[in-house]
Amino acid sequence: MSFQPVKFYQTGTFTVGNRLLAPDQRSVQANMERTNSLNSGHRACQGCGEALGARYAIDAAMHATNNQLVAVNATGCLEVFSTPYPETSWQVPWIHSLFGNAAAVATGVSAALKVKRQKAEMGDVRVVAQGGDGGTTDIGFGCLSGMFERNDDVLYICYDNGGYMNTGIQRSSATPPAARTATTMPVGPEPGNPFGQGKFVPAIAMAHEIPYVATATVADLRDLEHKVRKAMTFRGARYIHILVPCPLGWGTASHDTLKMSRLAKETGLFPVFEAERGELTHSTKIRRLLPVEEYLRPQKRFAHLFGKSPAIDTIARLQAIADKNIRKYDLLDKEAN
Amino acid sequence: MLKQIEGSHAVAEAVALCRPEVICAYPISPQTHIVEGIGEMVKSGEVKNCEFINVESEFAAMSVAIGSSAAGARTYTATASQGLLFMVEAVYNASGLGLPIVMTVANRAIGAPINIWNDHSDSISQRDSGWIQLFAETNQEALDLHIQAFKLAEELSLPVMVCMDGFILTHAYERVDMPTQEQVDAFLPPYEPRQVLDPADPVSIGAMVGPEAFAEVRYLEHEKQMRALELIPKIADEFKAGFGRDSGGLVRGYRLDDAETVIVAMGSLLGTIKDTIDEMRAAGVKIGVLGVISFRPFPLAEVRAALKGAKRVVVVEKTFAVGIGGILATDIRTAMDGISILDYTVVAGLGGRPITKKSLHALFDKAVRDDLPALTFLDLDWNIVNKQLERERQKRRSGPVAENILRDVGSSHVAQHS
Repeated sequence: MSFQPVKFYQTGTFTVGNRLLAPDQRSVQANMERTNSLNSGHRACQGCGEALGARYAIDAAMHATNNQLVAVNATGCLEVFSTPYPETSWQVPWIHSLFGNAAAVATGVSAALKVKRQKAEMGDVRVVAQGGDGGTTDIGFGCLSGMFERNDDVLYICYDNGGYMNTGIQRSSATPPAARTATTMPVGPEPGNPFGQGKFVPAIAMAHEIPYVATATVADLRDLEHKVRKAMTFRGARYIHILVPCPLGWGTASHDTLKMSRLAKETGLFPVFEAERGELTHSTKIRRLLPVEEYLRPQKRFAHLFGKSPAIDTIARLQAIADKNIRKYDLLDKEAN
Repeated sequence: MLKQIEGSHAVAEAVALCRPEVICAYPISPQTHIVEGIGEMVKSGEVKNCEFINVESEFAAMSVAIGSSAAGARTYTATASQGLLFMVEAVYNASGLGLPIVMTVANRAIGAPINIWNDHSDSISQRDSGWIQLFAETNQEALDLHIQAFKLAEELSLPVMVCMDGFILTHAYERVDMPTQEQVDAFLPPYEPRQVLDPADPVSIGAMVGPEAFAEVRYLEHEKQMRALELIPKIADEFKAGFGRDSGGLVRGYRLDDAETVIVAMGSLLGTIKDTIDEMRAAGVKIGVLGVISFRPFPLAEVRAALKGAKRVVVVEKTFAVGIGGILATDIRTAMDGISILDYTVVAGLGGRPITKKSLHALFDKAVRDDLPALTFLDLDWNIVNKQLERERQKRRSGPVAENILRDVGSSHVAQHS
């Protein structure tokens, strides 16, 4: 196993206090010298999972590269809330070009940096591209796949909140089935987002057989940081897909962002794993398996499933998706459950 | 060194001499030979310290160019036609961000109907994109303009399109004078970016800009193009000093002294026009031609000065604005504001239709007699047009237009490669 989560046995949680750990095991976020790559003062909503994910990921990437990092951003919430002119929250060299081209822009940056390195005009500077699920799985997918297949030296991070939240919560190809969005309203014979559509880009990334693919949630800081640091040990195309709850789009309480992330993982609806060159290498096990209702019920985007007459069939179909994930990604720790 | 080579290869060698650092391209006719040429030079090691990236689309090509230029690399790409349209969002982005990318546009028609041959619809559709657009008349000028383009782009921090007629120039083998590496190095200093993604001095590029500053940012783009009006002739002069020949500049007149009739055109067509004019001059007709090299920025003052003494101007252009007529002609009219000169617009050479000396001769004869309508479609086959119009009048489901017309002209042959 590549990564051993540290258990804090007194409380049974993984969120161990750093004081109990050796310095090299402490999280980047707990490091006095963390870079605050996405600095305070930005304009994300309260409880924004994407702001949290970006800060964790970019700080970890900065740590892993000794601050020799360039970030490329797709259009979206992250870009908008971090850079209303003339302010910027970014403490890294950062470029935003368009909605659908972050992966290609990152390829260009990476190529330029390689030439600069060859000419000894610069040291080893690495590139991270980042975007939301719309900018990654939909409009940016062509550029993403191109970057993957050429194995360009770029770490692409997708912050997946399951929809176009910046434009007012419309459906993307990462919106889960049954979810209410502004373009998949809970009306008609099949309320919410249809079943049988959508795509899971981490699996598609694996199909490109790129050096490293991982998924993570903002609930597990250590795991997320570990994956970013590990990604930076590879050369070539790498992909990390981070589930980031959106209190506005999901209709959840701002203080429940981490809880929702944890529930997505613990129900099996969001598999957390790593893969190298197309093969699954590690699955983060579910600690205490929960039924999908636990995850769905607190979210207003699924409220239509829990009215006076609960949509038992629909909930069962969502449970079937979780069950399939558990089988497919080997998410169950047989001893713990 | 004098060489007898294909236009595309001449451009490839010229770009290589400019010491590019990142080149990205997606294949599209008639641009392919240019990037094939450079690709081979990079792969063989002839061009050192350069990354050649085979991208998955033109949208990615321009996006890669944006990234590499912003990271401080001298960046080149080439495209044409549908490829240019596919990258449009990124084309505007590159100029908006002020990134000095140089791109060849091997001018080709835009579909539908799909057509691989030359006209100017592609680059002219990007007239307002903020890119500088320079049109080459010959392969020598295409080669020279690329060397000048890097200097111009980097001095202004603005992208430049070098437009050369697809096939007519790109695929023609002609004699060119290829400069030496020393000559190019003396003319073109290494790229020093105004903005760069550098961990030693982190900046944000591409921030969200609201109404409080957007107009100023856009105005400065215009201001840079106005500066280009001064810089383009200056660079052409420097080029002449270093390379010993006239190439580039804003406009170029031919036999304009005492000309009562002035033809205006862009690109390789100027050669045929000059031959026609020579014949007419020999017959005593006071006629000359003004070639526009810099389409953007548009040299209003120079055009105005060149046309001032004329009685009439005939703008021959290889594209048109559907629903109104001339595009270059509209700019020419702006230049002639307040001067009373008759003006005629001629749309010619669409989709690669040959523009012959014979047709031009007849056209200019009519113009000299002021016997031209305001808008002429040169060599349009009215029989075919009227037959299709009649078909549409007769039958509701008249079918696809282009395919009907192909049947009418007795050929269902569609170009094999596109």
